[in-house]
Parts: sequence; C-alpha cells; structure tokens
Amino acid sequence: MSETAAIQGTPEGVEGLVEDWASDKQTYNVPWGKAMMWIFLVSDTFIFTCFLTGYLNVRLTTTEPWPLQTEIFALTLFGQSIPLVLIAIMTFILITSSGSMALAVNFGYRRDKQKTFWLMVVTAILGASFVGMQAFEWTKLIVDEGIRPWGNPYGAAQFGSVFFMVTGFHGLHVTGGVIYLLIVATKVRKGHYDKKGYEIVEIAGLYWHFVDLVWVFIFAFFYLL
Amino acid sequence: MAYVPLADQDHEQELHHPHSWVEKYVWSQDHKVIAIQYGGTAVLVGFVALVLSLLMRMQLGFPETFDLIDPNAYYQSVTMHGMIMVVYMLTALLLGGFGNYMIPLMVGARDMVFPFLNMLSFWFYLLSVLILLASFFVGGGPTGAGWTLYPPQTSMAGTPGHDMGIVLMLVSLAVFVVAFTMGGLNYVTTILQYRTRGMTLMRLPLTVWGIFVATVLGLFAFPALLVSCIMMMFDTLLGTSFFMPAIIESGTPMDYEGGSPILFQHLFWFFGHPEVYIVALPAFGLVSDVLSTHARKNIFGYRMMVWAIIAIGGLSFIVWAHHMYVSGMNPYFGFFFATTTLIIAVPTALKVYNWVLTLWEGDIRLNAPMYFAIGFIFTFIHGGLTGLFLGNVVIDLPLSDTYFVVAHFHMVMGVSPVLVIFAAIYHWFPKVSGRMYHEGLAKAHFWITFLGTYAIYLPMHYLGFLGVPRRYYAIGETDFIPASAQTLNESITIAALIVGAAQLIFLFNILWSLRNGAKADPNPWGSASLEWQTPDTPPVHGNWGDKLPTVYRWAYDYSVPGAKSDFIPQNMAEEDVEMEDSAAKGA
Repeated sequence: MSETAAIQGTPEGVEGLVEDWASDKQTYNVPWGKAMMWIFLVSDTFIFTCFLTGYLNVRLTTTEPWPLQTEIFALTLFGQSIPLVLIAIMTFILITSSGSMALAVNFGYRRDKQKTFWLMVVTAILGASFVGMQAFEWTKLIVDEGIRPWGNPYGAAQFGSVFFMVTGFHGLHVTGGVIYLLIVATKVRKGHYDKKGYEIVEIAGLYWHFVDLVWVFIFAFFYLL
Repeated sequence: MAYVPLADQDHEQELHHPHSWVEKYVWSQDHKVIAIQYGGTAVLVGFVALVLSLLMRMQLGFPETFDLIDPNAYYQSVTMHGMIMVVYMLTALLLGGFGNYMIPLMVGARDMVFPFLNMLSFWFYLLSVLILLASFFVGGGPTGAGWTLYPPQTSMAGTPGHDMGIVLMLVSLAVFVVAFTMGGLNYVTTILQYRTRGMTLMRLPLTVWGIFVATVLGLFAFPALLVSCIMMMFDTLLGTSFFMPAIIESGTPMDYEGGSPILFQHLFWFFGHPEVYIVALPAFGLVSDVLSTHARKNIFGYRMMVWAIIAIGGLSFIVWAHHMYVSGMNPYFGFFFATTTLIIAVPTALKVYNWVLTLWEGDIRLNAPMYFAIGFIFTFIHGGLTGLFLGNVVIDLPLSDTYFVVAHFHMVMGVSPVLVIFAAIYHWFPKVSGRMYHEGLAKAHFWITFLGTYAIYLPMHYLGFLGVPRRYYAIGETDFIPASAQTLNESITIAALIVGAAQLIFLFNILWSLRNGAKADPNPWGSASLEWQTPDTPPVHGNWGDKLPTVYRWAYDYSVPGAKSDFIPQNMAEEDVEMEDSAAKGA
C-alpha cells in the first residue's frame, strides 16, 4: 500500500474507496483460510436459498393440500400430544452448540489448548446429538406415520420429498461439521497450530455458526410456516 | 483479537515439493501442471463433442444416408455435444486451464493458496468426465433430452437414456460442481489475498479480472445447477414429483403429480445464464491482453473495461428468464427480463468499442494470436447483434426454437470463446512449453476455422427465418420450408466437416511444436505483464526463484512516449526505465 500511495497520492471519495479495496497483496486483512471459508459459505448460502425457493414454489404448485405440521411433528409425552416439542429441543441444542463453539474460538486465541479442545468436543457432541435426534424424527415419520419421499397419507406428496431432501442435506452439513470439528480439536490438543496460529478454530466456528443459521431458516420454513 | 497484520510481513507459502515423477506430473500440486491436466482433458473431451456435432451435421445434410445415426443417436449427440462443450470443455478449459495457469503467474504468487485442494479439483473434474463418458456404455445410452435436460421429457420413455443415461448425467454434473467449487474458491482467494508487492487490483491484467468475476459467478450460479440436479435425481430414482406434473405416457398415467416443470427451467437458467458469462468473461479478459500486446498499445479504457466486466457479471444474474419467453410464464416477467437483457448490451458494446479503439493506430503485429483475436471481434459482434433480436419478447417468439437461435448462441458463446482459446493457446504456448508453434500452420488453421465459421452459421440465420425448427432429426417435407433449405443444409455440413478436420492442424501443430518447435525467447511478444517476466521459461515449481517480484505499474505499458523499449515490464521500477536521450525522464 505504501508504495502505491507514494506514487499515486491518496485519492478521495469513491476512487479512494476503490484504491483501499484494491490495495496490493491482499484485499481483506484475514488469513487465506478464513477468506476462503467466507466465500464458500456465500456459495453454500446460494445452495440452501435454491432449496428453500424450490420448496416454496413446489408448495404453491402442488395440487393437493399441504399436510398440517402441528399434527405431524407432534410428540406424545406423558400421554399428551405436544406439537413441535422435539424440534424445539433440537433447535435449542444446536443454538447451544453455537455458544460453546464461540467459547472455543475465544480460548483458542488465548492459546488455552485444553479448554479449546474440550469446548470443541462439547460442540461436536451437541451436534452429534442433533443428528441423532434427527434420525429419531425421521424414523418416527417414516415408520410410525408412513411418510415417504414419494407420498404420505396426510396430503401433498411433495411434503415428504422436500422435507427429507432439505433436512437431509442440512443433516449432512451437520455431520460433516462434527467430523471437521473433531479433526481440528484433535490437532489443537496435539499442538499442531502452535506455530501457524489458532485462526483455524475460528474458521471451523464460522462453518458451524453458518450451519446453525441455516437451521433457523429451515426450522421457520418447514415447521412454522 | 490477536491478528497479525499480514500485509506487513512477507509470508511465504510452504510448497509441496515433489520427490518422484508421479508426484511431479500425476498427483501434482503445482498449479501449472494442474492447468495442463485440466486443459488437456478439456481439449480431449472437446474433440469428442466435436465428433458428435459432425455426426449431427452429417445426418442433417444427408438424411437417410448414414444408418449409424438413428433418431435416438441424433438426440443423444445433440445433448452430449451441448453439455460437453458448455460445461466440460469451455468452463473447464477457461477456468481450470487458463485460470490455473495464469492467476498465480499474473498476480505474482508462487502457487494457488491451497494447492492440495487445487489438485483435488482436477481429479474430481476427471471423475465427472469419466462418469459422463460412461453413459455412452450403459444400457439405453446417454440421455437425449437436450442439453437443458428439461423435464418432463427427461423421464419419459420416448426419450433415449431416460433410465441410466440421465442419472449418470446428473451425478456427473454434481461431481463437476464439487470440482469447480474447490478450484473456484482457490482462484478467488488467490486473486484477493495472494498478490505480490505492488500488485493492486487495478493493476491486474484483464485476464485475471475476467477469470475472477467469472469464478465468482460460478460460485453463485453452480449451486442452482446442483440443487436442480439433486431434485431431478430424486424424481428419477425415488419417484418424487418436484418437476413432474400429472402426465400420461403411452395411454397410462405416470406415477407423478403436482410438480412444476417451470421450476426446473428457472433453476436451470439461473445457472445457465451466468454460465454464458462464466465462459465469456475469461475470454474477454484473455482477448484484451492478446490485442493489447500485439497492437503494442495499452488497452483502451482499462478502468472502464474492469467496471464493464463487473457490471456484466452482476447483470447476468437478473436476465435468466429470457430463455423462457415461450415457457408459459407470466408475460410481465418477460417484460422485466427483456429490459435487463437489453441493458447488458451497454457494457458489452463498451468492451467491443474499447477493443476496436485499442487497435486504432496501433503498431499491429499480425501474429497468429492476433488473427484469432481480431476474428473474435467479428464473430462476437455478429453473435451479439442477433442477441438483441432474441432478447426482445416479440421478436423472440417467432424465432424461438429455430436455427436462428442455434446460429446466435454458436456465434456468441461457441465460436467466439473458442477463437479466444486458440488465440490464447498460441499466445502463451512459448511461455508454457518454451518453444514456438509453427506460424504458417497456425495461420492456415485460423483462415479455415474463421471462414468456415461463417460458412456454417450465416446460412443458419436464414434457415431460422424460414422457420426451420432446431433439434429436428430431419426436416422432411413441409408446406412452409422450401426444398432449397436442404441444399443449404448440405453446404453447411460440408463446411462443418472441413472446419472439423482443420482442428487436426491445430492438434498437430501443438504436439509437433512441443518437440520440434524453435526454442522460444522468454518474452517473444515483448509483453509487459508479469507472467512473461519469470526467471525460467517454462516457469519452474515456485515460479519466481528466491524472491517474489515487485510490481510498479499496470500491465499495459506499451509504446510509452520517451521510453527506449516499446514495452515496460510490470516489475520494472520507474528509475530503471531507459529513456530516449532527448526525452526528459517521466515525460
């Protein structure tokens, strides 16, 4: 930057803004991995946006009525049918895991390897339990209620198709995230990042928060709408 | 938080140093080797698509002559030709090939930021190609649904390859998207974060700008393709009805209900239109650099060119439904999309003017790359002008699904990028291989290809006006198409066969020159941009020897008044520039 400024002077206004962004070596003052993760997440956002747009479109075009979510997603606890209780717990767990991830990032930058490691493991366990509960939910829907991707007894067949496709795709993201977190956590404990720095924890955290954020949308679109 | 301000340190990348031949040339993490692997695969698969197009032309020119080509084989050829050319050849060659080779050299980096991921990108690409080619060998053959894969016809029994062929196509595309994402993340991050000292964004050669914006488009557009592939795979394999309405096939209702075929078209073209610019923008960039170098003049209006690339990239996301005027969507949509489509003509025309003005009063060296670059300006203008017709709803309606459309998109996104690719291959061949190509053969290749292009596509516009529909196996006899249309078809086919054969000249020239070409000068064209200033030719692993270069100027300092040499390399400091004795320094 210094050389550029010395030769060209420092322009003002929009041109100055362009110059700032265009400065030599790097546009953002972040490590390569972090920049790359951000770009990947924007790309991934487009994937989920396409899925959700497709879902809304199909819901409009389908010829049969959409099934009532409150009945399908209800769970019988203590003899009472409570709507959306399982999904409330799942959402709570996933949001909590974002909290433990944020703490892990903090301790990572403080170079507290033990705490970082354990907080990442806790995050991974919470994520894994989310996937487990999703498996339970799928089993209940498939076995008890007879909902299949190609049809169900409650109404439009597309309900099952789009539900399994999108929650499944998100579940794969969570599963991948759990594996990713465990790999990074193991390397943190072994001191693999002492020289390189602990940005990698934050990068993993970015991915994890993204997966949580996507879940909030899926939750709203599939269970509440 | 504890960030180290990275801009203040010369952080050097840890490169993977190969220890064996296999690590160096097969499982290579060097961007240059990966580029050649990408490019070579793309050219090979491009030749497969070329042969398929010749099969189609033989059938159209001389119907009922070749038993080999039945209607099914014809539709399969149409489909595979289109898909291979657009995705597996052009996208892979321009971004995987030229992107990989040029980006690190042009921005002054040692390699991509994540070489291992870059290597994976190629192997996933190769896998996707193999899956695609495998569909030729399964029962039923490859899908014959047209390259747009529109449902419901993809899944109907009348379409060849409606069982295995389409599944392999969808899987292959999904793998390709994964490969592209791994490569694309690397390109974007390298350009943003790994430029050498002094290399500001506004000093990048336009090649890098074109590839950069095209890659960003790809990262945002390929998700739509991935999603539509997954949804269609569900429809095909699981029997869901995302895209399939209730439909009757040979008298029996199919097991589908309530899906929306239009949804697929929206998703597909949300990918498909940016895809046009994913192919076009790198070509714009490459051709700008070739024109400027061989005209010994700076590119006219550099900043304008950059903004035009960005504007075209942005606009390309809001024009997709101009492919769907006849799909039955809401006519108000057509109005909106016609407007945005015509707006794109503004930055595009601006680029064309700037290319022509770059040539204006230049000291033009008519080398083979320059032939192809100037040829590109011709074909691109012609293809672009017909785009204005098709962009208007009222004119598109009668022309839609005729040969006019075929002629338009082949001129603008088939021939034009291919001419640029040839220009770029000849232009950078001395740097990549260290040897010169054969100039005479290259020029013969140009004239046959360029004139042949017009012999093929100009008559097609006329066929379109006559109302000859595209994707028909044979015209047959109708009341409205005169018999002379068949004569035109014959001449088109003969021209196509000649042009197809002429590509063997290119192949021979490249392969022969690799061994027998004259030893090339490190900078035979006197080019100012950074990739020609490497210490070794061809550049070795790590590109820059001990020290990364420092950049002092933009990439277009040609014929600078007062300077002794007619070009000043990007890495030459102001005080090192030799001036004419009479001229004052800094004139």
